[in-house]
Amino acid sequence: MSQGPILELRGINKSFGPVQVLHDVAFSAHAGEVTALVGDNGAGKSTLVKCVGGIHQIDSGEYFFEGRKVQVHGPRDAAELGVEIVYQDLALCDNLDIVQNMFLGRERRSGLVLDEAGMEEMAAKTLEGLSVRTVKSLRQHVSSLSGGQRQTVAIAKAVLWNSKVVILDEPTAALGVAQTAQVLELVRRLADNGLAVVLISHNMNDVFAVSDRIAALYLGRMAAQTKTSEVTHSQVVELITSGRSGELGLGNGNGATS
Amino acid sequence: MTTETLPEQRASDSRVGGHLRNYFERVRGGELGALPAVFGLVVLCVIFSVLRPAFLSAINFANLFTQGAAVTVIAMGLVFVLLLGEIDLSAGFASGVCAAVLAVLLTLEGWPWYLAVLAAMLTGVLIGLALGSLVAKLGIPSFVVTLAAFLAFQGVVLLLVKNGTNISIQDGTILAIANNNVPPLLGWAGAVVGVAAYAVIQITQARRRTGRGLVADPMSVIGFRVAALAAVAGVAVYVLNLERSRNAAIVSLKGVPIVVPLIVLLLIVWTFVLRRTAYGRHIYAVGGNAEAARRAGIDVDRIRISAFVICSFMASVGGIIAASRANSVDPNTGGSNVLLFAVGAAVIGGTSLFGGRGRALDAVLGGAVVAVIENGMGLMGYSAGVKFAVTGSVLLLAASVDALSRKRAAAGGRR
Ligand SMILES: Nc1ncnc2c1ncn2[C@@H]1O[C@H](COP(=O)(O)OP(=O)(O)OP(=O)(O)O)[C@@H](O)[C@H]1O
Ligand SMILES: [Mg+2]
Repeated sequence: MSQGPILELRGINKSFGPVQVLHDVAFSAHAGEVTALVGDNGAGKSTLVKCVGGIHQIDSGEYFFEGRKVQVHGPRDAAELGVEIVYQDLALCDNLDIVQNMFLGRERRSGLVLDEAGMEEMAAKTLEGLSVRTVKSLRQHVSSLSGGQRQTVAIAKAVLWNSKVVILDEPTAALGVAQTAQVLELVRRLADNGLAVVLISHNMNDVFAVSDRIAALYLGRMAAQTKTSEVTHSQVVELITSGRSGELGLGNGNGATS
Repeated sequence: MTTETLPEQRASDSRVGGHLRNYFERVRGGELGALPAVFGLVVLCVIFSVLRPAFLSAINFANLFTQGAAVTVIAMGLVFVLLLGEIDLSAGFASGVCAAVLAVLLTLEGWPWYLAVLAAMLTGVLIGLALGSLVAKLGIPSFVVTLAAFLAFQGVVLLLVKNGTNISIQDGTILAIANNNVPPLLGWAGAVVGVAAYAVIQITQARRRTGRGLVADPMSVIGFRVAALAAVAGVAVYVLNLERSRNAAIVSLKGVPIVVPLIVLLLIVWTFVLRRTAYGRHIYAVGGNAEAARRAGIDVDRIRISAFVICSFMASVGGIIAASRANSVDPNTGGSNVLLFAVGAAVIGGTSLFGGRGRALDAVLGGAVVAVIENGMGLMGYSAGVKFAVTGSVLLLAASVDALSRKRAAAGGRR
């Protein structure tokens, strides 16, 4: 892709009290591409994503969107930019039904009243696009869904809005083989439709199957961000486990290549 | 992202059989809804009317409404706080404070009734703002905040009514709320209009959904609901329109007590807010998963504070009704069993103490159960002690049903 990244972070620092979780992290995502964000447990992937989504405020650093410097103070700011996130813990309300969850915080209304029929229609269309057909009714409570179905609802919630960036935090963790393949296919399809997709995953096969770029976090530092075609499986594993691999990684400048 | 399809099941949902099956499935899954309250109400009414035929008299029926009105209204406000998984232990004495403000302004200061009512309601709103801010902004558990307020408000009532004297209320308009009745014809008109409006809303809604190809409630189910409402409203208005006076030649006493349309109005307003507005949706969301609500961009603190404001506001309305019924305000207004009865009403009606589940209607159903227990046991000549013990047991029973249905839902893979 010739244009610059649609989403770019520079020098992000984030601490929780005395614990610094992110150190001077740079990260970018490009339209039409899948960027895989990898790293060991506790490396700071989810924290980085929450900073992007406005759930956590960054301590310092710059946030660029479509080349403009922006301030993201809350989830609404991120949503307004066109950034949608599927969180690792899904963040669904068990006591609400599928449609209510998908439109939560952004309900469609006519005047004062909620436009229930309109929302249900849109939700049905989106779920159909994701080829979800097992849910018995869109009006069933999320608490009655299986883990995979919940995951699907969370993903549908993110793609419902005409977003520009979709970030998925371990979306396949709870899924079976067939469902995982479907999510990966969806991830690819979203990118091919021109969205910037960020995929967090621990599965190297998945990462290599769908991603165009790989960003590796190591203990809260960005070890490297490279094109997928330029690295091997074992190099990425090395980046994840030790933060460096030959020329790549920490200790050789700032690590952020290409 | 799954493959098997269930087209037959979908289609059947629009038929009566499917509708019933869904309903039973939900009940078995732990969503009992109004079932326990309605069942309890029927059982209690049968027991009391067998043991004390006077229970069924028109005058006693009318009494039930005025007796239960204040608690029901306070319970309706409590539903909002309970929906968030919080509690307001001060709602009883908040109603006492507001009633005292009303009485002081009306009787001692000579304010016109509408200004005094406004001041009492404003007091409720301010109380709610204070409680809600302490809970949402400072993060003190609502249990502690409102327990402290419970004690403090008890003191405030004492101060306002000057240590134990009681302030009588003479204003005709305020007294009318709990003591006067709607003219019989107007009662019938109200019932007919209400039922018709309900039917029209239900039918247009179903039509609109079918028109867009969505699953809608079948007409037979809607018909059943409308018929049930018409029956309940019809019988109630008929009985309340019977002559209740012992000596009708001197004073005629008939018609629907004014508190009834007042409660119906509040019920409609709060049901609309909870079910049809984004704000209501957000209340459920915060009660179900506050973190998910926050990530959806909902201002969780604002929702919390507003729920306490609604609760205390409704307490003020309850206080006004209580003052009207007692014709006076004393240090015990809103005290003793009022709070427990109100919490009990909400929980008995089906509102969960764990948050996330509840309706404005719950307060009315539960309020009816509480009123029937109090009234029926009074007729049987039991002392206040026995009444307290029984009501306490019923509250415990309702809380157990709540906890068990939650457990059952968890066991069924629902959380
Ligand atoms: N709210 C918080 N308060 C304090 N520490 C936190 C908080 N959130 C995360 N952390 C810490 O930040 C570090 C990074 O956590 P994060 O969830 O970002 O890791 P991750 O890369 O997503 O890991 P995983 O692969 O297990 O999901 C961890 O050490 C964690 O303990
Ligand atoms: Mg994580």
